[in-house]
Amino acid sequence: MLVDTAPPAAETRRAPRFGFLRSWDTAIIVALVASIIVASMTVSGFATSRNVGFLLIDVIPVLLLALPMTLIIITGEIDLSVASIAGFTSCVFGALWNAGMPMETIVPLCIVLGAVSGALNGFLVSVVGLPSLAVTIGTLALYRGLAFVVLGDQAVTSFPRAITTGLQAKIGTTGIPVWILPVILLVIIFGVALHFTGFGRSLFAIGYSVDAARFSGIGVARTKFWLFVISGTVAALVGVWWTLRYGSARGDNATGLELSVIAAVLLGGVSIFGGKGTLPGVIAGVGLLAILRNALQLASVPEDTLSMLTGGLLILAVVAPNAITWLRSLSRKASTT
Amino acid sequence: MTTLTLQRQPSMAWLGTLTRSREFSVFLALVILIAVTVAANPRFLSGQSIKDLLLNSSILVILAVGQAIVIVTKNVDLSVGSVLGLTAFATGKIFIALPDLPVIAMLVIGVALGAMLGAINGALIAVAKVPALVVTLGTLYIFRGVDFAWAQGQQISPSDLPAEFLALGAGTLLGFPYLALIALAVVMAFGLYLKNLRSGREFYAIGSDVQAARLYGIRVGRKVFSAFAISGALAGLGGVIYAAKYGNLDATAGQGLELNVVAAAVVGGVAIAGGVGTVYGAALGAVLLTTITSALPVLGVSPFWQRAMIGVLILASIVLDRYLALRTERRLRGHDSHAG
Repeated sequence: MLVDTAPPAAETRRAPRFGFLRSWDTAIIVALVASIIVASMTVSGFATSRNVGFLLIDVIPVLLLALPMTLIIITGEIDLSVASIAGFTSCVFGALWNAGMPMETIVPLCIVLGAVSGALNGFLVSVVGLPSLAVTIGTLALYRGLAFVVLGDQAVTSFPRAITTGLQAKIGTTGIPVWILPVILLVIIFGVALHFTGFGRSLFAIGYSVDAARFSGIGVARTKFWLFVISGTVAALVGVWWTLRYGSARGDNATGLELSVIAAVLLGGVSIFGGKGTLPGVIAGVGLLAILRNALQLASVPEDTLSMLTGGLLILAVVAPNAITWLRSLSRKASTT
Repeated sequence: MTTLTLQRQPSMAWLGTLTRSREFSVFLALVILIAVTVAANPRFLSGQSIKDLLLNSSILVILAVGQAIVIVTKNVDLSVGSVLGLTAFATGKIFIALPDLPVIAMLVIGVALGAMLGAINGALIAVAKVPALVVTLGTLYIFRGVDFAWAQGQQISPSDLPAEFLALGAGTLLGFPYLALIALAVVMAFGLYLKNLRSGREFYAIGSDVQAARLYGIRVGRKVFSAFAISGALAGLGGVIYAAKYGNLDATAGQGLELNVVAAAVVGGVAIAGGVGTVYGAALGAVLLTTITSALPVLGVSPFWQRAMIGVLILASIVLDRYLALRTERRLRGHDSHAG
């Protein structure tokens, strides 16, 4: 009875594309595997343990940020401020380190800072009821601005060599970085939470129809609030990682990274309208972009071609599902007449 | 009740509407900011610094007008910075190839090039029915990539550009910079168009309720397409003006500008949710953002605060808009119960 009251507009817009979901994910995973095979055969230096190590370590920031971003976009919201939060925490990290605070105190403080930054987004979106696009454009500017307020145009680079090189430690002789393991653990946690729990199902319900979700007793505002807190927390982790990985805390750290993250998530088959998407698809999207970038760099293709490719793939990711539905409806019409 | 009384007294009505309008709050903020800055340093209000302010805000004003039209239809155009950059670089290249090209022809070419790039956005959004946020994020990368591929690290310097073209960037008419006059003409033209013409009102209809607009017979796809073409055309105009103003051009012109443009529109009361706002508000927002940038050093605030201030301003604006919308809603409900 209550489900019947879902707005018909949402029904007609989303229902026809629902069955398509699985095949797009498969397509991206196939594209990922194909790109690995093609790159290994044609690009010299791609399939070496050294390069795989670099690839895995460089994919960590986008991969981490893509996890909460997937959840947020599935609920029909967006968080454009993640890269700014990472930059902000990076600068605070640098400033506290300069002030002589020990690493064991700084890292938790930075993570709390990220959670609080995310909580401001969450408060404005879920309690005040503002559109997340507008809110996070505002906090994108705010947190990036605060990053520059904290460090100005200075950079803090006096981090102990033992830590910065330690981050790049490999598992035995495999070339696989040690730090990819906790990241994989996080990926599994997010994947299980999204696809195998009631919490995950409630995210799809919110994105599919807020009203229906509310009628079925889901705390929509509370859920969204915590998603933004999680997003800010993960962004802080990325800020800390970025600082130590590159051994430098600066105001412009991770600038523009939100675009790569959103591109990867959408390429992975998550609908920008909410309600649809899978984590395996997103992981494949992140991997595909990272491998293309890495392989093209090895083949010394210039940077501008890479940015055109990212943009092109992003548009393709949203146009292709519509184009295929359109083609299908054409062929269906042809077969019935 | 008060609104009704005011409407019956035409002599007072304009004042009431004016002071209650959302644009007035931006104007007030601008006046307060200028007053505080002048109190700190009276030279902030000298003829030269006002001229600089007008000159510096003109590009942002022109782009904010286009952005306002797009946002009114409940879309967003993130590619404007890249469109500006590409047109600015094209301007330099065209002048190197054709040094005798009249300035006015260059302006027309810039607008046409921008409109073409905007039309690519519009076509993808209207025909392929994909969200504007994603499409213009994609073309932000693509147009910038084309710009870099074309420039190949090359720079264009003022000596490559004709003198009369550079005069457009620096010259004045009766004391007003040409660029400010162009910006003013753009604001007035689109302000009148959106307010008074049926075709202009249709943008608001789409942003308020797209289903209703469609039932009413508005060709939504075509209208959204034209909004993006307009935004592109104005970004193209901005690109030519950028070339005239700065003279030094590389592929990075206008990088990250989209954020300031969206901020100007939002601060000026153009609601991201669509259907609300005017180009006058967006233009005032653009002037306000530019004024903050030049006022900070005068007030002794580190310029590093500039971006954080813009962020605070965006957040304050959308919170204010939300509050005003709730108040209007409550007032309308009050009237309903009164009538019933």
